[in-house]
Amino acid sequence: MNKMLSLSRRGFLKKTGCLTVAFSLPLSMSADLAFAEDALADAHGDLRSNPMLDAWIRINADGTVDLMIGKVELGQGIVTAFAQVAAEHLDVDIARLDILSGDTFYAPDQGTTAGSNSMPAAYGALRVVASEVRAVLLDLAADELGVPVDDLSVEDGTITGPNGAETTYWDLVEGETLHREATGQAPLKSPEDFRVIGQRVPRLDIPGMMNGETTFLQDLRPEGMVFGQVVRPPTYRARLANVETAAAEALPGVMAVIRNGSFLGVVAERQDQALNAANVLRQVAEWEVESNLPGNENMKEWLLSQEAIVSKKKDEPRSGGPEPAKWMEAEYYRPYHMHGSLGTSAAIATLGDDGVTTVQTHSQSVYATARAIAGMLGVEEDQVHLQHVQGSGCYGHNMADDAAADAALLAQAVPGRPVFMQYTREDEHRWEPYGSAMVLKTRAGLDEDGNVLDWEFDVYSTPHGMRPGGNPARLIPAQYLDPPFDEIGIPQQSGGPPNYNTARNAIADYAFPGHVVTDHYVPQIPLRVSSTRGLGAFANIFACESFMDELAHDAGVDPVEYRLRHMEDERARDCIMAAAERFGWDSFEGGRNRGRGFAFARYKNYAAMSAVALEVEVNPRNGRIRVIRAVTASDAGEIVNPDGLENQIEGGLIQMLSWTLKEEVRFDDTRVMSDDWASYPILTFNEVPPIENVLINRPGEPYLGAGETLVGQAGASVANAVFDAVGVRMRDLPLTPSRVQDALRG
Amino acid sequence: MVAFRLNGEDVDLDVPNDSTLLYVLAFDANALGPKYGCGKSQCGSCTVLIDGDPVRSCDVTVSAAAGRQVTTLAGLREADGGPGPLQRAMIEEQAAQCGYCTAGAIMQAQALLDRNPNPTESEVRSGLNEILCRCGSHNRIVRAVLRAAEEI
Repeated sequence: MNKMLSLSRRGFLKKTGCLTVAFSLPLSMSADLAFAEDALADAHGDLRSNPMLDAWIRINADGTVDLMIGKVELGQGIVTAFAQVAAEHLDVDIARLDILSGDTFYAPDQGTTAGSNSMPAAYGALRVVASEVRAVLLDLAADELGVPVDDLSVEDGTITGPNGAETTYWDLVEGETLHREATGQAPLKSPEDFRVIGQRVPRLDIPGMMNGETTFLQDLRPEGMVFGQVVRPPTYRARLANVETAAAEALPGVMAVIRNGSFLGVVAERQDQALNAANVLRQVAEWEVESNLPGNENMKEWLLSQEAIVSKKKDEPRSGGPEPAKWMEAEYYRPYHMHGSLGTSAAIATLGDDGVTTVQTHSQSVYATARAIAGMLGVEEDQVHLQHVQGSGCYGHNMADDAAADAALLAQAVPGRPVFMQYTREDEHRWEPYGSAMVLKTRAGLDEDGNVLDWEFDVYSTPHGMRPGGNPARLIPAQYLDPPFDEIGIPQQSGGPPNYNTARNAIADYAFPGHVVTDHYVPQIPLRVSSTRGLGAFANIFACESFMDELAHDAGVDPVEYRLRHMEDERARDCIMAAAERFGWDSFEGGRNRGRGFAFARYKNYAAMSAVALEVEVNPRNGRIRVIRAVTASDAGEIVNPDGLENQIEGGLIQMLSWTLKEEVRFDDTRVMSDDWASYPILTFNEVPPIENVLINRPGEPYLGAGETLVGQAGASVANAVFDAVGVRMRDLPLTPSRVQDALRG
Repeated sequence: MVAFRLNGEDVDLDVPNDSTLLYVLAFDANALGPKYGCGKSQCGSCTVLIDGDPVRSCDVTVSAAAGRQVTTLAGLREADGGPGPLQRAMIEEQAAQCGYCTAGAIMQAQALLDRNPNPTESEVRSGLNEILCRCGSHNRIVRAVLRAAEEI
C-alpha cells in the first residue's frame, strides 16, 4: 500500500490555516432546491456504487478524520469545498480532515471531474454519508453515556451529555464501526445551523503552493526516482521503420531504451540524461510518414466538404405568417485551439514487487484511465493503481492521461523504481487533443423592422469529447504499440440534449418565431481532439452573438436594445442590462478607432449566464486590437462564493480573449507546426484588460456551476467592438493583426 | 561539483557541470518552487533569482549559479517558515487557480519590488509580461504585487 500521498497531504493540511476568501456555500442552501434533478440523481448514483460509510469517511484513534472523495482538485477549489461539507455535517474542525481524493484503490469512484458538475453531484452523497456517520456515533455515545440521543450535543468531535459527561468520536470508533451501508435515513442538519458551509474558508492548497511546499505532482520526490522520456513519431500517422538504439544505450545514466512497435522511450538516472538520450534517439530513428492532413489554411473548406452526419438539434420553423422582408446570412470560423496547460503533463509510475503499477497523475478521470492503462498493459484492473495529485490547470481533457500511460509503460522496464515523466513543451503542444475547429453558418429572415422571423443555424464540426473512458486506444502510447490499440471509437453521433457537444449553445437563447438548428457532424479526426473548455459552445456563441450584432446594425438598432427585443427570459434580461449599465453603454463615446462590443449567453442554455461589454482600440496601421476594459455580468443562481465565482468568470474571459485574439493551431499536410509559445502565443499581462465583474445573486435559486459560463461571449464582444471601432466585420478567428489589416484594406 | 548558496544555505552538489539549473534545483537540491513549463525561456514558470536577478532556470546550466546566491520560494519565507510579505499577499488575494505559474511569477515580482518598491500597476504588468499564466489570474497577481508593495 502506498500511503505516501495520504501522509504528505496530512502534513500539508495541518500547515494550512490562512485567512481570506475561498469556496463557501450558501447559508440557505437546501439540497433539494439547490441541485438540478440530474445532479441529485448523480449524487445518489455515487452513493449506490459506493454504499459503505467507511469508503468515504474513517475516524482515527489519533483524532484525525480521513475523507476519501473521487472528485479531484484542478484549481477550481473543489477539495476545499468538500472539506467544508464533511466538516459541517460531521461536526468536526476542518483541520482534522486528512483528505484523499481521486485514488482508484482507496477513494470512491465518482467518475470524471468535469462539466461544472462536481459540487451539485458530490455534495449530495457526502452530505448523506457524513450525517449518517455522525448519527452512528451519537447512537454509540447514547449507549455509553446512558442518555437519549436527543440530549447529546457535538463540538468538534466531542460529544457531551446533559450531565456534562463526555466522549469523543475517536474513543467510540473501533474496527468495523463504520463498515456499514449508508441508509439515507439519518437526519440532516438544517442550513440555519451551518457553521462551516457558508463561511469563507480559504482554499486549502493555496498557502502551500505560494510558500513552496509540496503541492504539485512535480513536487513529489519518491525515493529512487528516475526519469523517463518518450520519443514521439514526427506525425500522428507514422511507423517506426528502424532505430539503432546502441548509441543512446551507451550514454551516461541511461538505464533502459524501450521499443515496442512504434513506441520509443528511455529511462535514465537524471532528467538531463533522459532528455539527451531521447534527442539522440530522435535523430537516429527512421520513420515512415504519411502526409494527409488538410492543413489549417484549408480547414474551413475541408469541414464543409466532408460527409457529415446531419441531425436537427431544434426544428421549429414558423408555420405560416408573413414572408420575411429580407434575408441575411453569414459564415464564421473557429480554428483548432489548445488547452495549453502552462505546465506540461507529467506522471510518476512505479511497478511494485506485487506486480501493481502505481501511477501518480493529474488526470481528471483517474478511474476510467486506470482501466484503460490496465488494458494497455494487458493486466487485470486491480494491477493498476492511480492516485490523483494536482498538476497544471487542464481546462478539459489535456495530456494528463497520456502521461500516466507513458510513465506506466516506461516503469515496466525498471521494476521498483519510480519513473518521473514530464513531457517537453513541444510534445505537449503537438500531441494534446485540441478543441475542434468549427464552421458556423447563420441565416435570418427579418421583418420590416429588422426583427428576426426565421433563424437558421448550421454547425460543422469534428468530434469534441474523446476522453479515454477505459479505452486504451485513446491513450497516445497505446496507438503505437505492437500490436497497436487502434479502435479509437470515434463517436458516430454528436451529443444530444441537454448538454450536446458540437451543438452546445447552437440553440440561441432568444425567442425567435422560427428557429432551426442543424448539426453537420464530421466523425473524423485529422487532428486529435477532445473536451476543451465549453466544447462547441465557444464557437456557437461567437457566431450567434456576432450575427445578432450584424442584424442589429443592419436594422439600425442599438445592439443591446436589439438583444432585449428578442429576449423574454427575465433573468437573462437582467444580466444583459446589468452589464450594459456598469459599462456605461448608453453614454459611451468611442473616439477614433475605438469601439464597444456586447455579447450574452447562457451556458448550455440552462446553466449559469454571462453578458460581456468591452471596449477596444484598433490600430489601423498595424492591425492590432487592444482590449481597453471589460465588464461582465453573471447570474449563477445562488452565489456559493463571490470570490470563487469571480475567479472563474474572469479567468474564463481572459482565456477566451486569448483564443479570440491570438490562438490557432497551425499544421500543414503532415505535422502540427505550433510547437511552443512563440508559434502558439497566448495573452500576456500587458494585454489583459482591467475587468469589472457584476455578480447577480439569486438566493434560493439552484447553484448553477460557473466554470464555463463565459466562453464565446469573449469572441463575439471583441469582433463586435472591432466593427464598431473601424467598420469591418471579422468572422474568422483568431483576430490577428494581419487579418484585421486585410479586412481594413477590403 | 558545483557549489552555490541556495536560500541562504551552502549547497555543494556532485552533478555534471552542464546540467540544467532547473533540474539540479528541483531534483538534487529539492527546491519545490521552480517548475518546468517550456524549456526555452518562453513562460517563466521556472524563474529563480540569482544574486537578485530573475533567471529562467530551464534555459541555463548549473554553472550559471556557481558561487552565487540562488533564491526560490523558500527563500522568501519569514524566519519562522511562514509566508513572506509577497507570498502573504498572493494568499490574501487568492491569486491562483491552478497555481502552476505562481512560483515563477512570485520570483519575478520579488525582483521587481526589490528594484522598485512602489511600482505603478502598469509597471507591475510590464514587469510580469514574460511570465505566462493560462488560468487568467493575471489581474489577481497584479493586485497581490501592489498589495505587497504597500505592506513592505
